[in-house]
Amino acid sequence: MNKVKSKKNIKLLQGNEACAEGALLAGVKFFAGYPITPSSEIAETMARKLPKIGGKFLQMEDEIASMAAVIGASIAGLKSLTATSGPGMCLKQENLGFAIINEIPCVVVNAQRGGPSTGLPTKPSQGDVMQARWGTHGDHPIIALAPSTVNEIFTLTIKAFNFSEKYRIPVILLLDEVIAHMREKVEIPDIEEVEIINRKKPTVSSKEYLPFKPDEDGVPPMANFGEGYPYHFTGLVHSEKGMPISDAVEIDHFIRRLHDKIQKNIKDILIYEEYSLEDADIVLIAYGSVARAAERTIKLAREKGIKVGLLKLLTIWPFPEEKIQQLAEEIELIIVPEMNLGQMVLEVERCAHGKCRVVPYNRIDGELINPMEILAKIQEEKN
Amino acid sequence: MKNVNVIDKYIRKEMFPHMWCPGCGNGIVLGALIRAIDTLNWDRDKIVMVSGIGCSSRITGYVDFCTMNTTHGRALPFATGIKMANPDLKVIVVMGDGDCSAIGGNHFIHACRRNIDITAIVINNMIYGMTGGQYSPLTPTNHFGSTAPYGNIDQTFDLAKLATAAGASYVARSTVFNARQSVPLIKKGLQKKGFSVIEMISTCPVSYGKMNKKKSPVELLKWVKSIAVSKTGWEKLSEEDREEKIVIGEFTDTNKMEYTEKYKMVMKKAQEAGGNKK
Repeated sequence: MNKVKSKKNIKLLQGNEACAEGALLAGVKFFAGYPITPSSEIAETMARKLPKIGGKFLQMEDEIASMAAVIGASIAGLKSLTATSGPGMCLKQENLGFAIINEIPCVVVNAQRGGPSTGLPTKPSQGDVMQARWGTHGDHPIIALAPSTVNEIFTLTIKAFNFSEKYRIPVILLLDEVIAHMREKVEIPDIEEVEIINRKKPTVSSKEYLPFKPDEDGVPPMANFGEGYPYHFTGLVHSEKGMPISDAVEIDHFIRRLHDKIQKNIKDILIYEEYSLEDADIVLIAYGSVARAAERTIKLAREKGIKVGLLKLLTIWPFPEEKIQQLAEEIELIIVPEMNLGQMVLEVERCAHGKCRVVPYNRIDGELINPMEILAKIQEEKN
Repeated sequence: MKNVNVIDKYIRKEMFPHMWCPGCGNGIVLGALIRAIDTLNWDRDKIVMVSGIGCSSRITGYVDFCTMNTTHGRALPFATGIKMANPDLKVIVVMGDGDCSAIGGNHFIHACRRNIDITAIVINNMIYGMTGGQYSPLTPTNHFGSTAPYGNIDQTFDLAKLATAAGASYVARSTVFNARQSVPLIKKGLQKKGFSVIEMISTCPVSYGKMNKKKSPVELLKWVKSIAVSKTGWEKLSEEDREEKIVIGEFTDTNKMEYTEKYKMVMKKAQEAGGNKK
């Protein structure tokens, strides 16, 4: 009987649909977006399903407005989502910064396509890795997750909501066109089996409430608008009360705290998987759809007697610095295959500190990276 | 004295002195807005005030509601998200002329088109004051700005016509000279179920006045008085005479279903019939 029941929970879903399903399970109640390939199915699923559960869907006039509406809805108490691709992500950056400085939980999906500009709307890319890290002006923290399978899109969407609520920060879910449009098996768990995190609420009265005063974990409790805590949000650097400040010491303290709340909790935030690392001489570091090819390459290489392992990154920002430092001390060569001209490889080089060789393998022609070409690169570097 | 007490009830006094220059019209608009709100007996915890960027947008820092000083031109989409998420909240947006009609122009027409139950107060001082007097889409043609040193060649928007054409339920215009008459107009906008726009012609002696030979606040206020004409007065003017005038009063007052009510019907449909797809 149990087996029959669990079979019912297995669905064949497209990546974007899996994202929508994950968001619904995580408790999303608001979506605002603007149509763009290859992310539109997320909006379409939301338009259909949100009103059924009392949630709200809005198609806004552009991505700037979508991001603003998502932040507004989150402040009014709803878990909120938006989804886009490169050109739209550029527009979201303005208000993404507002969400970061005001510590507003929300999830932003970027189904990456080739760029720059209109680029390659229906072809895959990993060209937005650095945009995910730095894509809004000023020093700011961010969390970005990069799934490599449709099932991971589902589970990481839930994670993204949990992180955003727990740490009061926008979380970017960085898909690529391959997994966004691919159909695969997804196991949908029962809601009781899933950890769902909701934002901390203030435990003090409105008079005592300091909306940006952090608890021990670095995160301030958040009152939603309409709950009897009238207070102020501003995009300006602000005090614990939420009012603009100009004192150098206070400014320094504020900006550092925004970063520290992520650094303090980095063990919880970093997610990666290790494949055959125990005896590896050569390690592949990959994320997104390329990690699928890299996993296959391990088998192909080992058949030829080359000991290859894989570190698959699911959290790409913040970056797993310690893990890579440690790897670099133990092995000879790291290869970083990416569908860009070498973005994450720069971070790997930085963390490897010259302790091992770090080599990029890149493709920017809108085609996938396949296991054979990674193998060929391994063989080339080995000789 | 009675009026002073009304204002005190809603002000974050710890934020004073405010940052506005002597002779600025923002305080007059804030006073009119607070007086209008005070007549409505709304639950203060349910009042949300959202602004964009500019001198006028600093209003949200000074009032003791749920307030947001957002990004330039984007106050309306932030407010739209808030209102959609919780339609019980009373949502008021304050924008400047550049904020609303230039960088936020697209958001403005779409907020009107959705006819969502939000009240927008546009403080039009005909200039970008905070950044030092650059011309805005509401700077009159041939007037001067720091970026229009030879006179502004642009046509101006008629915000009231724009809002009406785009679908707003209530549209009115007043001036900071007509402070008292502004209160009932704002009140009506606040009460209107639907999108309402109240444009307040205002004064910036420091940036606009300085470059347009109306340096003193009194001189500038008198000029505002001289250009403002009622709708009946407007009818009697020739095309030529209208060029240097601004018509004030109520322009649109309609009753139609607003957006969050419409979305309630979407939810009902989705829950009952399941929509067009599973």
